[in-house]
Amino acid sequence: MKILRIAGPLAFLAVLVAFPQIFPSPAITTVAVFTLLFATAATAWNIFSGYTGYIALGHAAFFGIGSYALALMCKDWKVPGGYLPFLLLPVAGLVAAAFSLPLGWIALRTRRHAFVVITIAIFFVMQLMAFNLHGLTNGSAGMELPIPIHWSGKFFNLPFYYVALFLLVLALAASWWIRNSKYGLGLLAIRDDEDRALGLGVKTGPAKLSAFVLSAFFFGMVGALHAYFVESIYPAFAFDPLIDVAVALMAFLGGLGTLAGPILGALILEPTQQYFTVRFSQNGYYLIVYGLLFLVIILVLPEGILPTLRKVWLKRWSGRGRSGPVESAEGAHPKMAIKMPQKGRVEP
Amino acid sequence: MSLLEVEGISKAFGGIRALDACSVSVEEGSISGLIGPNGSGKTTLFNVITGYESVDGGEVRFEGRSITNARPDRVFEYGIARTFQLTRVFPRLTVLENMHVAAQRQGLKALLGRWSTSAEHRRALELLEFVGIAALRDYPAANLSYGQKKLLEFAFTLIADPSVVLLDEPAGGVNPTMINQIADRIRALNKKGITFLIVEHNMEFVMGLCASVTVLHHGRKIADGSPANVRNDPAVLEAYLGA
Amino acid sequence: MQLVLDGIITGLMAGSIYALMASGLTLIFGVMDIINVGQGALVILGAYLSYLLQQKFHIDLFLGLLITMPLMFLFGLLLEWAFIRPLKRDRTTLSILVTFAIALVIEGVLGLLFTTNMVKLQAWYINASFRIGSFYIAYVHIFGFILSVILLGGLYLLLYRTKFGYSLRASMQNRVAAELIGIDVERVSAITFGIGVALAAAGGMAYGATSSFNPASHYDLISRLLVIIILAGMGSLRGALIASLGMLVVEDVTSVLWSPVWASTVFFIILIIILVVRPQGLFGQRLVRRQ
Repeated sequence: MKILRIAGPLAFLAVLVAFPQIFPSPAITTVAVFTLLFATAATAWNIFSGYTGYIALGHAAFFGIGSYALALMCKDWKVPGGYLPFLLLPVAGLVAAAFSLPLGWIALRTRRHAFVVITIAIFFVMQLMAFNLHGLTNGSAGMELPIPIHWSGKFFNLPFYYVALFLLVLALAASWWIRNSKYGLGLLAIRDDEDRALGLGVKTGPAKLSAFVLSAFFFGMVGALHAYFVESIYPAFAFDPLIDVAVALMAFLGGLGTLAGPILGALILEPTQQYFTVRFSQNGYYLIVYGLLFLVIILVLPEGILPTLRKVWLKRWSGRGRSGPVESAEGAHPKMAIKMPQKGRVEP
Repeated sequence: MSLLEVEGISKAFGGIRALDACSVSVEEGSISGLIGPNGSGKTTLFNVITGYESVDGGEVRFEGRSITNARPDRVFEYGIARTFQLTRVFPRLTVLENMHVAAQRQGLKALLGRWSTSAEHRRALELLEFVGIAALRDYPAANLSYGQKKLLEFAFTLIADPSVVLLDEPAGGVNPTMINQIADRIRALNKKGITFLIVEHNMEFVMGLCASVTVLHHGRKIADGSPANVRNDPAVLEAYLGA
Repeated sequence: MQLVLDGIITGLMAGSIYALMASGLTLIFGVMDIINVGQGALVILGAYLSYLLQQKFHIDLFLGLLITMPLMFLFGLLLEWAFIRPLKRDRTTLSILVTFAIALVIEGVLGLLFTTNMVKLQAWYINASFRIGSFYIAYVHIFGFILSVILLGGLYLLLYRTKFGYSLRASMQNRVAAELIGIDVERVSAITFGIGVALAAAGGMAYGATSSFNPASHYDLISRLLVIIILAGMGSLRGALIASLGMLVVEDVTSVLWSPVWASTVFFIILIIILVVRPQGLFGQRLVRRQ
């Protein structure tokens, strides 16, 4: 079983690496790039919202900030198209992270519903700023990013694909590490009962904020890469509320709080969404189908695919099912010998 | 100097004075009881001590130092742990994970390391065995019965080696056999040096376990002393039985 | 000075319309603990319904409310039954996604039926105003204001003078306790949702009479409504009224004094500032540390 745990993801990674070689058609690799980008975003969103349980619906703001950061850097520093802009991705991410620090601090002073709304409000403020700060962002006319003119038609998508894949691996590694760390356990405890966790010594404030900033960092990088890929951005496009909705839906579909869930959700939803955009080009249909799909997913699979599968799997495997309360512990031995625990703090 | 002292604490919620210049002290190494009719302020006192509520006036002192209005995580680090009247565990985490939430290691390096070292793992299992639910360690805490959750909460309060443990109705809603088990464990831990302050309504439990008892009524202390004295104190009888 | 007063008056008028829309939203939240992010889309739907009645059947906008409000009420009941009631776990979060999905579908359908061109409701009282001293007030604004007063007044009567209102307030304060004393909380929830949607219909008519709109207008609308009810303190009707009036006055005064462009940004920034200082909103209950 353990071998499967290591071999599985590695095999999957190998498939992803080989994918563009097997399906070189630019139409397909374009969809693949978008899918990878959203998979990264969903994984990053899950690091915050999945683990802490605070649903943030304003992360598209950081996506947009990253986009504009890259556009501005390329414009001001006259960066040519090619491989160079890729190196600026972490910088764009850091810019987004820098914004997320004070914004996250403010937002995290609230809980639950107020939190969701304030993240939405922050998003709209950022969008409006992009519209209004003409001098900086060129307003609604938008900005352009450098175009790698030396890359041929067939080759064009490949660097984007592999950089996007790299970002995904990075995000996934971060998510995995956090999940297995003491820090991650603290986040999950916050999700279950924040005040209880606080009373047990978990530093809830810094924990939540750091997860928020980390996810914003990734969103910034994804936004920047996305902007570079599509070559131009404008406020409504870089700051698009549907991004938040799509990312949230992907994470929910796959299983909020799981490692692979968001990726699974992205793999299912993004290609579907691209297909819809092409097929139902008339805007009206697209929204209707998307919305209905949304509704069906939430009502049918409220917990997400992976957790539902897991439950089914556990039921099958353990016969009676390990879900029922277990009678064993109490009442079995009325006068149980008390085994004394060792006193003294544990040496790590 | 008592280990834990509360002096002149007042706390009001709107018009209701939950605590009214209340003073209680807990001696080191004792098992003390805190009783009183419903609404007398017992749980509010716990909340105030552990930082879940702020005080309107008065002081909370631990080992001589003032810890008034300290945040719950600081209070825990000082060495004061508590359980809740309505048991609070982490439902979606397994029993073992529940045990590890309580901070034991400090510092950034510890945070980024694995959620459980082998030494911590051993200690967690030890405590789970001590309360008798080690067999349940991989089940989500939500699946445990009420009594098992109580035991779990009791166990993880102990994991970071507190000096004082505040128990809020440990015998509430628990069958008589287990009540005795809980009492035995409290005594055993007390012998090892842990101080207990217990809020309870179950008089037999309190009188049998506690060396000293404090009685609250309307947010004030109206009596304290040995169980025998308190049991016969007219003020106490009136509070419980009278108007 | 004249300008500022102008801004204040427009703000109050617009605010009363927002109060109508926001009260539905906060009511739904208070009773059902869900955030209906689709309220904006429902308002726009109401606006289009009024538009349809007026264009096709030449029914006056205000009279048309006698049709659109009951219709939307029933629609609200349907939505609640089909999409909200099935949610068991994680209700608050899932309801956000569900109501948003509903908003998308409504937006899509409206786009198909009416195209995405901006439209505005027509009537004799739109674009006509009368004078008071040196101020001009548009008729439609006054009528909208009166409509709000009537409906919000009616809502108040419903809440505080009827048995149903009593059940509603009880459910708002403590769902479980309300159930225990025999209140059919599910029925109350459904009806509350219906009321909220009906209020959206009225708000939609008033909104459509005072601004041009298209199916995508709901984003702007819902973001403001959310800001208003968070500012107010979720679940507080009084707060919703005051916050609506307040925010719109601030926005319109800013628009006049500074620029219309920054006026909407100010809206959100105020929320952020206030929440830094007072996370529970102006009239909300502080989320007490749970025992």
